[in-house]
Amino acid sequence: MKVLVPVKRVVDFNVKVRVKSDGTGVDIANVKMSMNPFDEIAVEEAVRLKEKGAVTEIIAVSCGVTQCQETLRTAMAIGADRAILVETADELQPLAVAKLLKALIDKEQPGMVILGKQAIDDDCNQTGQMLAALARLPQATFASKVVVEGGFAAVTREVDGGLETVKVKLPAIVTTDLRLNEPRYVTLPNIMKAKKKPLETLKPADLGVDVAPRVRTLKVSEPPKRGAGVKVPDVATLVAKLKNEAKVI
Amino acid sequence: MAVLVIAEHEHGTLKGATLNTVTAALACGGDVHVLIAGHNAGGAAQAAARIGGVTKVLHADGESLAEQLAENVAAQVLGIARSYSHLLFPATAHGKNVAPRVAALLDVGQVSDATKVVSADTFERPIYAGNAIATVQSVDPIKVITVRTTGFDAAAQGGSAPVESVAAVADSGLSSFVGREVTKSDRPELTAAKIIVSGGRAMGSSDKFNEVLTPLADKLGAALGASRAAVDAGYAPNDWQVGQTGKIVAPQLYIACGISGAIQHLAGMKDSKVIVAINKDPEAPIFSVADYGLEADLFAAVPELVKAL
Repeated sequence: MKVLVPVKRVVDFNVKVRVKSDGTGVDIANVKMSMNPFDEIAVEEAVRLKEKGAVTEIIAVSCGVTQCQETLRTAMAIGADRAILVETADELQPLAVAKLLKALIDKEQPGMVILGKQAIDDDCNQTGQMLAALARLPQATFASKVVVEGGFAAVTREVDGGLETVKVKLPAIVTTDLRLNEPRYVTLPNIMKAKKKPLETLKPADLGVDVAPRVRTLKVSEPPKRGAGVKVPDVATLVAKLKNEAKVI
Repeated sequence: MAVLVIAEHEHGTLKGATLNTVTAALACGGDVHVLIAGHNAGGAAQAAARIGGVTKVLHADGESLAEQLAENVAAQVLGIARSYSHLLFPATAHGKNVAPRVAALLDVGQVSDATKVVSADTFERPIYAGNAIATVQSVDPIKVITVRTTGFDAAAQGGSAPVESVAAVADSGLSSFVGREVTKSDRPELTAAKIIVSGGRAMGSSDKFNEVLTPLADKLGAALGASRAAVDAGYAPNDWQVGQTGKIVAPQLYIACGISGAIQHLAGMKDSKVIVAINKDPEAPIFSVADYGLEADLFAAVPELVKAL
């Protein structure tokens, strides 16, 4: 079974972004970019499934600017076999990405697509579900455990209030949550090997997809600042403040 | 055109998140209808009819909807979606699972985690873990929105809307429900609690987490929460995680014990009315958002706090 693993290049999770003074967006010039952490978990899961013999080939996909090649090389260093970059400098929103990925499903016919539940830049949490809808496939989102067996996947999902398990017919779309696995560190030999793995570049037009944004960003602003409060010297003062000043207990 | 709220319910009871979503729906303009898609969820339909401002409740009852599988619920919504200008879902695990599936089937974009309705087509939503707020305008004919419940008050009671039955969709055959492990607790639900006691990595172990924080939560009638570090370390169950990718909470009082305050955690709790931080590290970023900071060893301070209350 082939697995498709879409990966997104995002501002590294350790970077605290700054809103541009003209309100057009956040300043991402010269900040560290990395693979979206949830997508890294997705690549790791695909590699583990391959190591267990449930998967034969892992194709990493990224949609975006030329530099997404670096993200794809990282995916291949973790263990993806080859990569596809759908290259465009245009803004890509989840629906557009889902359409591009749908076109690649048609082309590659994977048995499963594993991707992060959410990207930590736009925090949308949409692409996997949209892809499942467009491809008319089942979805198992927010996965914390994936077991592949006989044409099905049993996926344990992190939901409000606990965990639930669904069984989806393959091919299916799985989105990853934090507890699915802990991605391995990439080793230097694997980084070197990844440089020799094939990376194909396509354009959205090659896949016949219109990527025009559907949601227009009018303005980006700083969130309301929460002023730091006071330090209290001891528990008694804290209790007194909560009772008399904040009146919350 | 009317606005449709896709309700969240469980065991025949309407969940609180639905009420906040109705408030957002009222701000979009137009009549507000509520869809209850489920099985034996008549109680939830009756409860939805009593929400102030709701003018109609649509009730789809069928076995295909019993376990709220995304494929079936999305198909149910799609069946009526085109009669509405807006489809609003609470931004809960369930709403997040279903809404994008509906949006894609309608070929429209989605606005996730709306925190404010500026106008019928313009919304505010946090991006980058809440470090920026984007004002976005949907250009699609049908707006599909998930609503961050902490951004809206719960709608009041006082309605008496008619409940109309709609036929339930057939099962998609694509997925099936296997089982559920629900964390049993007599405590208030995390996202609805007035007070939350939350623990971080400094708790050191699952036993310590329970031993130290449970008495405080009991005393305050509080829900228990945790940072990602504490959940990853196995000190607390996954559904207790507060943060960018966990639960977003805004209680009256949030007590952070041994939580350093990574931006991802702050994203989930910084809209709390009053924040208390107990941490022995004076440089911990949590102090920068705390109304009251107590620089102390939590293993001494928390039991003392329990005694003092």
